[in-house]
Amino acid sequence: MNVLVCVKRVPATAGHIALSADSQEIDTRYLGFTVSPHEECAVEEAVRLIEKHGGSSTVLTLGPEVAIDQLRDAMALGIERAILLETDGREWDPVATAAAIVEAIEAERAAGRSYDLVMFGNESADSAGYQIGVRVADALDLPCVTGIKALEIGDGEAMVRRQTEAGWETAELSLPAVLTVKEGINLPRYPSLPGRLRAKKKEIERIKPQWQDGGLEKIRLKLPVQVEHSVEILGKNGDAGAQVVELFQRLRLL
Amino acid sequence: MVLAFIEHLNGAPTTLSLEVLTMAGRLSGEMAVPLEAVAIGPKGAAAAGIVTSYGVSRLHVGDDPRLADYAPAGWARAVAELTERVNPEVVIGTASDRGSEVMAHVAARMKLPLAANCTEIAPGDPFTVTRQRWGGSLLEEAHLKGRVKLLTLAPHALAAEASPSRTEVATHPFTPALDDKDFRVRLVPQVEADTGKISLAQARVVIGGGRGVGSAEGFASLEELAGLLGGAVGCSRAVTSLGWRPHSDQVGQTGMRIAPDLYIACGISGAIQHMVGCRAAKHILAINTDAAAPIVEQADYAVIGDVQKVLSSVNAQIRKLREVPVG
Amino acid sequence: MSSLPAQARVVVIGAGIVGNSMAYHLARLGWKDIVLVDKGRMPNPGGSTGHASNFIFLTDHSKEMTAFTLDSVRQYKELGVFTQSGGIEVARTTERMQELRRRMASSKAWGIDAELVTPAEVKRLVPFINEDVILGGFSTPGIGTVDSLRGGTLMREKAQAMGALIVAAGSEVTGIDVENGRVKRVRTDQGDIEAEVVVITSGIWSPRIARMAGASIPLSPAVHQMISVGPVPLFADTVGEIEYPIVRDMDTNGYERQHGSDMEVGSYDHRPILWDPDDIPSLEQSKLSPTELPFTKEDFDESLEHALELMPDILGDPSVGIRHAINGLLSLTPDGFPLLGETPEVKGLWSVAAIWIKEAPGIARCMAEWITSGIPEIDPSGSDIARFYDHQKTQAHIRGRSAEGFNKTYGIVHPREQWESNRRVRVSPFYEREKALGAFFFETAGWERPHWYESNKKLLAEYGERVMPRRYEWDARWWSPIINAEHLAMRDRVAMVDLSAFAVFDIAGSCALDTMQRLCVVQMNVPLGRVIYTSLLNPAAGIKADLTVMRLGSNHFRVVTGGADGARDKKWFIDHLPDDGAVQLTDLTSSWATIGVWGPRARDLLTSITDADVSNEAFAFGTCRFIDIGPVRALASRISYVGELGWEIYVPFEQGARLWDAIWDAGQPLDIVPAGIGVYGTTGRIEKCYRAYGMELEQEFNLVETGLARPQVKPQDFIGKEAYLKQRAEPPAAILSTLTVDDNTSQSGFKRFMQGREPVLSQDGKRLVDKHGRGSYVTSAGSGPSVGKTILMSFLPPEQARVGTRLRVEYFGEQYPVTVAVAGPTPVFDPQNTRVKS
Repeated sequence: MNVLVCVKRVPATAGHIALSADSQEIDTRYLGFTVSPHEECAVEEAVRLIEKHGGSSTVLTLGPEVAIDQLRDAMALGIERAILLETDGREWDPVATAAAIVEAIEAERAAGRSYDLVMFGNESADSAGYQIGVRVADALDLPCVTGIKALEIGDGEAMVRRQTEAGWETAELSLPAVLTVKEGINLPRYPSLPGRLRAKKKEIERIKPQWQDGGLEKIRLKLPVQVEHSVEILGKNGDAGAQVVELFQRLRLL
Repeated sequence: MVLAFIEHLNGAPTTLSLEVLTMAGRLSGEMAVPLEAVAIGPKGAAAAGIVTSYGVSRLHVGDDPRLADYAPAGWARAVAELTERVNPEVVIGTASDRGSEVMAHVAARMKLPLAANCTEIAPGDPFTVTRQRWGGSLLEEAHLKGRVKLLTLAPHALAAEASPSRTEVATHPFTPALDDKDFRVRLVPQVEADTGKISLAQARVVIGGGRGVGSAEGFASLEELAGLLGGAVGCSRAVTSLGWRPHSDQVGQTGMRIAPDLYIACGISGAIQHMVGCRAAKHILAINTDAAAPIVEQADYAVIGDVQKVLSSVNAQIRKLREVPVG
Repeated sequence: MSSLPAQARVVVIGAGIVGNSMAYHLARLGWKDIVLVDKGRMPNPGGSTGHASNFIFLTDHSKEMTAFTLDSVRQYKELGVFTQSGGIEVARTTERMQELRRRMASSKAWGIDAELVTPAEVKRLVPFINEDVILGGFSTPGIGTVDSLRGGTLMREKAQAMGALIVAAGSEVTGIDVENGRVKRVRTDQGDIEAEVVVITSGIWSPRIARMAGASIPLSPAVHQMISVGPVPLFADTVGEIEYPIVRDMDTNGYERQHGSDMEVGSYDHRPILWDPDDIPSLEQSKLSPTELPFTKEDFDESLEHALELMPDILGDPSVGIRHAINGLLSLTPDGFPLLGETPEVKGLWSVAAIWIKEAPGIARCMAEWITSGIPEIDPSGSDIARFYDHQKTQAHIRGRSAEGFNKTYGIVHPREQWESNRRVRVSPFYEREKALGAFFFETAGWERPHWYESNKKLLAEYGERVMPRRYEWDARWWSPIINAEHLAMRDRVAMVDLSAFAVFDIAGSCALDTMQRLCVVQMNVPLGRVIYTSLLNPAAGIKADLTVMRLGSNHFRVVTGGADGARDKKWFIDHLPDDGAVQLTDLTSSWATIGVWGPRARDLLTSITDADVSNEAFAFGTCRFIDIGPVRALASRISYVGELGWEIYVPFEQGARLWDAIWDAGQPLDIVPAGIGVYGTTGRIEKCYRAYGMELEQEFNLVETGLARPQVKPQDFIGKEAYLKQRAEPPAAILSTLTVDDNTSQSGFKRFMQGREPVLSQDGKRLVDKHGRGSYVTSAGSGPSVGKTILMSFLPPEQARVGTRLRVEYFGEQYPVTVAVAGPTPVFDPQNTRVKS
């Protein structure tokens, strides 16, 4: 089977988010870059699917040239091909992003490469629009399930599970399909040395999609207002037992 | 008109849906347009009894039997079709898993932008919204365009507020033109044996463990406290990565978001990604060896000390309280 | 919530391994009221200690650094945080194999148990190594790893248990107040602390902290990349953190060190990535810690390939993943040595910075001793922060040299190797003339000094084999036989030497004589116009400085010292000037240019350009006076460091060129040669057995041992006198001796020439150790063209320090027969000093 997994380069944020002077982005001077944990799991799932079922895997991202790092990271884990939808670094909104991905997938199909499965993270770590996978599925007229935490591939179909507040729900859908993945579906592997070195030497296929106004336009970023807050220290170590029990009683938990 | 897409359980709107109704009510007031709601599934009509307290004038119920079980594309088709028909200025849904999924389908189908996880909404043309990024640790101010403004409301961005006066609610069932394609995906609840355990989402008290618990075995004391309090055990991402607990126990940006009365954070440093998941707790008690750990700064109560030492004392005292005096 | 005391005796800023060790050693030496502040939290406040790879290789070519390391290992062992694993430096090239032989020699010199091993033997110790890519290894069983966080915590807790230490974590230093040139107060965001002594142990932040007090700590934060790879199946059963020896892959600037189930791979191979201290992220801005920056993969890829090549079995395993990767920050300095001592800018403000885990507790002990009594057991002079001149504290210099030094971390660095960056900062007025003569410049303290002149190449034919040509590239690197030809020409005729790099300061004022008496060992109350050669001692009579003094007035002394020592010596003088300002030091280094004129024809030369009477009767050895040379008034001083008749001629800097031309022109009929520092610093000096500071002269050997004790001790008091008198009353434990090499021929059939720091061994190849445990090693080595021998100097135990004793010196794995030529200060050339005094 052929699997396409889509990822997004995001900063690996620290304990404290700081903004750039123009409030247009996160101050990333001291930060590394990664993809969201959901996407790490999507990549891992894609690698496992190919290991198990054979076929080919491709990773795709839309972003500036430096996003090649994230493509190589995915290839270091075992993804074979990479496609960069290269931007000038501007942020693309969900409509524009999905359109560019759809266009790329259609171009792939035209070139004889069709995908049985297109995978995303449930949402990106940074802009968290919760919609790219669904939009791509809709445009390609493919069935779609979001937020899956278990996947099995049968004969031309996929069995998925996802977690709800009450427990689990399941779905079966025929392939080709779009799935968005949540962390927990697997425990991603670390890149091996040979994997990293292999990835370094691989070609990256590049496409320059046309930017479009998707209708959701960032004006500025801002940090949430911190509420003044005080903490009551109940005690130290075992000495605090009585105070803790008293707190439980006060909160009517006992 | 403002259209609120509400989720319900057998006709009872979810908490997040009441929050959506509250926000939708404010919007309709500001815009001086009516507020209507849409519920999917034959049992949706039962929601009328509650939405009446939120200023809803009309409740649309997509009551095709095929919509009784959750089918994201099918539900979305119903909402989209209704939207095209009744032509609201705004459609706003919850940012729950289902709400997000349905609204994404609606947006895709209608080829409209969607602003997810909004906390503030200012009408106008375009709308100016504030929406959450990074699980809410960062906010974005954005312009939202489109002939209909599609939004989801971030959980707990505001408190649900029923109005003392009730409105007359007209229930309008409708049957959308559904296609088999809309049911390529149906999500069926998995029936599991009742373990007797209280779920993280529903527990009044959650005991969360981090690296400071020390080991997978160290969670025994947390389990014991959960048993004594009738609560559930959660954990941080570090713990999941170490393989000490299953991912389903994880609280945080990429795990569960919880809103218990009390969250007891044991040996958890308090990284933003974790706090995003427990921010909605009414009270936080931190147990940590480091008095300067971020979790302590964000907690309401704290005990400075080793998790195991603290919990063994607490558990022993509760057990003692529970002892039935002999004779 | 401030828990800071308003007053303390000493504030230590920074709670990494260095700060914790400092607090402990100060407490151990009896200090109370110590406050250790750090903006971070314990036990890992976020500095370089927190991410260090924590392994300790023992051998360094530097005696000082090795001594610090060995003392540190002893301390770590006492704390129970040392795990011995052994360690191997492997060679992939023949050049490196030679370097490993040189490291063997250093190990022997400093008394470290080590051996050279074959690839098969490496494989036996490290079964997962690919022995096909290596030629051999240098194995040291005593190598190991430490838990530096725990070690630091234990030391901190010991100091607390002694009731001597208050720890203030979460306190960020915001300022340091200085009053009257002395540190007064440390300001923090949690409150201010008045203190007598402030010690900066702030690692990469040290420059920022020092700047608050107006002082300079010249270091640059730099990235060292490290990854942790695992889980390695072979390590699954490892108990503790390490079972296999640590491997340093020297030729690729990398290392592999087991850490539990992981292998840590680190590199010094990538491009130098320097950080500005002001750009280091705060604790809040950092994902991991301020010193663990995001890993830049592409910089490390080559290192990955090297590591994979060396350990394919475990690192090539696809199930073994890169679990952790950082760009860790560490401190680099312009010359690679730490920055220790009181800052020259502020009294009471001490720097203990640019220190690796391997040497931290040893340095801390040394520094605590230095702060407490001024008498450190291990001589830290090579790391003294006062060694830097102002131009060496500029960002351009710090960054240029740090970047250049980074890739030398595992490099094969020749003892004479020259820096490439920031050259031509200080040039004498003779520079253009020297360049025209084909001068090959070496740098000292920023000065460009001719080491030899290509224009003298013609002398090679004249002297033939007497120039002692060197066949081996290593021996001949940064060297030329022209040096020896210049030497011979000087001995035959006359040579002129540019000495403008001398540091020159005047000590003058109403009680300058008293000050000089107190500082100098030798009697200073001499007739005006006398030139005095003297040592300066520390309170324990360790040798602090070695210089000459001209008495120009009853209370006016001109001090001349080596360029390399000038900044340090200047601080020593300033520290001992009276508080009332009655005596002043004026730095004249940049005011005077100097040419030395030496050789049998020196008087003829001088006579031809001055009307002054320069006869032996009128201008005796050891005197100085102003003489007119044409329109230039010069200060001539009749002394010699090369054992020839002659003068050092000092002129105002701007008149230097005029002086050069006068000497040059007058010298033509006398066949004058320009001679470089190769002659002045090595060949001429060593034939005369003159001692050099930093080579023979240091704080660990005393005047009696170095043969510089004079027959009489002056009645006036001076620093170190009491200890000096005690030294004189005891038989010396070692005697500085001069040895000559009996036969330089190596097994290859070609001659080899030692460079210094080689071990001196008994005839059966055993290390010589004196009763204080100090091993014998070559302090200086050089050609003696006039005596036709390679001359070595070494401190020998008294039993060996006898003329005619036959010994051996190990050089590149071979032992050469040597004989003691002189025990004590008598020169091997012209022992009666008739030339100097003619």
